[in-house]
Amino acid sequence: MSETPHIDIDYVAKLARLDMTEEEKSKLGAQLDDILGYFDKLNSVDVEGVEPMAHAHRVTNVWREGDQPDETYAPEILTGMAPDQRDNQVVVPKVVE
Amino acid sequence: MPYEAVVGLEIHVQIKTCTKMFTAAPYQYGAAPNTLTDAVVLGLPGTLPVLNYAAIEKCAKLGLMLGCEIAEVCKWDRKNYFYPDSPKNYQLTQNEEPLCVGGKVEIELPGPSRNVEGDHRWVTLNRIHLEEDPGKLTHEAFETVIDFNRAGVPLAEIVTEPDMSSSTEAVAFLNCLRNMIIYAGVSDCDMEKGQLRCDANVSLRPVGTKKLGTRTEIKNLNSISNVKAAIEYEIERQTSVLEGGGSIAQETRRWDVESGSSFSLRSKEEAHDYRYFPDPDLMPVQMDRSRINELEAELPERPLDKQRRYQEAFKLPFTLTSVLCVNRELCEFFEDALQTYEAPKQIANYITNDLLRELSAASEHGDSALDVGKCKLTPAHIGILSKIIDEGIISKQIGKEVFSEMFVTGEMPDAIVEKKGLKQSDDTDEIEALCLEAIACNAKAVGQYKEGNTKALNALKGPVMKATKGKANPAMLDDLLKRLINKG
Amino acid sequence: MSDLHFKTITELAAMLAAGETTSVSITHAVIERTAAVDAQVKAFLSSDPEDALAQAEASDERRALGRAIGSLDGIPIGIKDTLAVKDQHLRCASKMLENYVSPFDATCITKLREAGAIIWGRLNMDEFAMGSSTENSAFQTTCNPWNLETIPGGSSGGSAAAMSAGEAIATLGTDTGGSIRQPAALCGVVGMKPTYGLISRYGLVAFASSLDQVGPFARTVEDAALLMEAMLGKDPLDSTSIAPEGETNYAAALKVKKGPWKLGVPQEFFGEGIDPEVKVNIEKAIDWYKEQGCEIVDISLPHSELAVPVYYIVATAEASSNLARFDGVRYGHRSEEAKDALTLFTKSRGEGFGDEVKRRIILGTYVLSSGYYDAYYLRAQKVRRRILGDFEKAFEQVDAILTPTSPTPAFNRGERANDPLAMYLSDVYTISVNLAGLPAISIPSGFTERGLPIGLQVIGKAFGEADMFAIANAFEQGHDYYKAVPAL
Repeated sequence: MSETPHIDIDYVAKLARLDMTEEEKSKLGAQLDDILGYFDKLNSVDVEGVEPMAHAHRVTNVWREGDQPDETYAPEILTGMAPDQRDNQVVVPKVVE
Repeated sequence: MPYEAVVGLEIHVQIKTCTKMFTAAPYQYGAAPNTLTDAVVLGLPGTLPVLNYAAIEKCAKLGLMLGCEIAEVCKWDRKNYFYPDSPKNYQLTQNEEPLCVGGKVEIELPGPSRNVEGDHRWVTLNRIHLEEDPGKLTHEAFETVIDFNRAGVPLAEIVTEPDMSSSTEAVAFLNCLRNMIIYAGVSDCDMEKGQLRCDANVSLRPVGTKKLGTRTEIKNLNSISNVKAAIEYEIERQTSVLEGGGSIAQETRRWDVESGSSFSLRSKEEAHDYRYFPDPDLMPVQMDRSRINELEAELPERPLDKQRRYQEAFKLPFTLTSVLCVNRELCEFFEDALQTYEAPKQIANYITNDLLRELSAASEHGDSALDVGKCKLTPAHIGILSKIIDEGIISKQIGKEVFSEMFVTGEMPDAIVEKKGLKQSDDTDEIEALCLEAIACNAKAVGQYKEGNTKALNALKGPVMKATKGKANPAMLDDLLKRLINKG
Repeated sequence: MSDLHFKTITELAAMLAAGETTSVSITHAVIERTAAVDAQVKAFLSSDPEDALAQAEASDERRALGRAIGSLDGIPIGIKDTLAVKDQHLRCASKMLENYVSPFDATCITKLREAGAIIWGRLNMDEFAMGSSTENSAFQTTCNPWNLETIPGGSSGGSAAAMSAGEAIATLGTDTGGSIRQPAALCGVVGMKPTYGLISRYGLVAFASSLDQVGPFARTVEDAALLMEAMLGKDPLDSTSIAPEGETNYAAALKVKKGPWKLGVPQEFFGEGIDPEVKVNIEKAIDWYKEQGCEIVDISLPHSELAVPVYYIVATAEASSNLARFDGVRYGHRSEEAKDALTLFTKSRGEGFGDEVKRRIILGTYVLSSGYYDAYYLRAQKVRRRILGDFEKAFEQVDAILTPTSPTPAFNRGERANDPLAMYLSDVYTISVNLAGLPAISIPSGFTERGLPIGLQVIGKAFGEADMFAIANAFEQGHDYYKAVPAL
């Protein structure tokens, strides 16, 4: 970790697809730098050889057997909740690749 | 400075399961929009993924077919990126610990001509991992509409090493890979239906050097001819950039079929910051070694192994094996027919010529019968047909008629021969009389024959065959005509 | 009406069984109480008295036919706004989901329905369960019934306040870092977070998937035990749920398990930052256990002080990904300024999420981003295992661990609103339990001079709920704090 942790808010906000005003960004930036400073505590512990813990327990092989189809949703469930829809499809502003 | 190309491929294959990768909604191509979704597919708040075990087994099978190591443990990661076709805005995938590791695929390069077998070589794989397909966007004039039917379909992503050097090798690889996947029953690999999709990585380096150059990734290659054209275009483009003293930018390019060229997708700086991390909703999968062994034992013979065997054991020529061995069903049909009658070459000929012709004709008539398994003809039909020809019961000529008849009706060839009275005639007296008549009426042909033109004999055979309705034994007829001419 | 709304499930179940009351009467009492006090407490985001009464009538009909299901049949239970109830709003106290209605029931709701419970209202919370004061709701600020100037704790502040104010007989909350236990302590009620995996998370809108658990708020330990019995169990829709090991007839076991127990007291939890009144109160509670013959063991959880940074890295990383699905495409808030794929996402999310949610999404995105993953996320995951190791070692010596639930009693509204780090530190005693996946319960242990409740936390072994309940029950029965109700 760097000596003085600092978040590049513009970059991260873009990654997270969050629109924020300059004011929001500067306020948040200062708060997050504080929090990151506090996170430096983590460097005080030796974690050499420790297995990362991604789950709270060690259960494996949880799956669905049989590959049997279950009920599907009528398209109206989706179109009923979608902000914009036409002919059973969800409509969004034109996506340009 | 001469350059050589280095090509790697990433192939996405839709795995043929009845239900999706992480939920029990079914999938089928061409269904009405948004009729194959459920709460999980749509990423509704509160939903969780549950792994479809069938996808694991099929992918493991694919891995075994392609010579991969099956990992003892595989895990799930989230690949985070926003796109309107992605219901969760992250894709469940296997980044750190994929199901299949390594692997190699034997490929057959094109020979000097269509009838001549080309060289074989091996292409090394890096890995195969499982992930979920996103939904489908359709771009309209001012808007984009989204169908989530495809979202959540299991995909196997096959990643090769940068181990090919031309579009020809890439195409040969794709063809062989496709055959293997279809053989293994893992996918139908119909590129038009999006069941197999390909991205290509291309870089150049000075001939004789080892270090890889900067690569570009070309997306949207949804047919084999696109793969070929796009790689060739990219090699040319990079060559001219390098020869002009420029350097290659690492970028993603999109192939445009219309213009036959690719263009750079403005690579945003964060485009590749996918923030992978272990998915907390799915537990790791521990592969059962004995089940892997079972799957391995159930694997079909690989197409090129089969081709080698057919050439060696049955002495079949490449012209036949190249047609036969790309299709597992045809091969099974062939081997089943051999159980009825052991005449490999004759049977292979019937299958690769007559059967395929009839099947394709049937499919042109709108009867979707281009499927060996579904036509009325069984391997026994072809076995018996070959047998009765060999036994001289009917001629090859009559055999063609019988073939068409049995393809349509499904009746056994001997029954057709019986019913239609097609048995070859061995009545020498009657045929001798007809021969003498033919000789008498065709002095010109007789003269030509005597001058050494053996083909002239056909002009004599025709009328006899016609008079006997083809039942005359052609070999016997030949002998008889020669004897009578020489005598006269 | 004789204060039915302040009775326990056990008391009401006995009355129902004896025909002394009806579910409709109880539900009426709760509805009337809510009508009378919720203008002050502001615990409910919405409620549907008609629907609740219809469920109550159905319960009474069952009972009349002799088909009453069990202790929960006919009991109104309030639901945190992060748990899906079919055809009801599921807003997570966020503008993002203001108009969203869930098409399905969470598994815990299905199980409560199967037990005959009345599903009653939507309870306020911090937006997407992010906060410790319920001040982060997009809709309203809930007040602590014991002192309306103070916060009820969070994120399940509505569930705790409604429970405390008699607006439900029990409520459900969710606990990712203390979101049940801390508000339970601050509102003077029982709140319990189960072993990770014991209750299905299906239908719980994920905040941090590897930490989130559903749990009950109740007036007594026995009531909490009854709710747990109804909700626990492996769910095919949640891959992280597991079939419980050991005793699960928790309520019955209370009558059998009488101690004495070996109880651990971690010195790390009594140092810097603890309110002196809280410290004295909890030490008194520990002394009480000693007087009952329990052995008090000084234990050490040396990595405790790292729990806050580990938690805020793991939880925000998972949250940044879990909340990516709220994008204005399929459901939820879509900005009117959405002009293309990018602004569709950025504007909708910028408008839909409040400050704390944005703060955590940014933090979580950052700790996963390229170049920082190893230093923050991966390291946090490793330290997480160290924290689990501390507990495992401690549980070799003791049956349960006693700590304060919160370092301070309820604080005034607005007091920590601009200091997120201070707010994060209010979870210091609860989050290590989530990181280790253990069960823990907060029970009322007295009041400050200002009249604010204090909570004692009992941390159990994984799946050690039966012992944990028994230990908590002993203290509860030895005191009458649980009988105290706020004057509203």
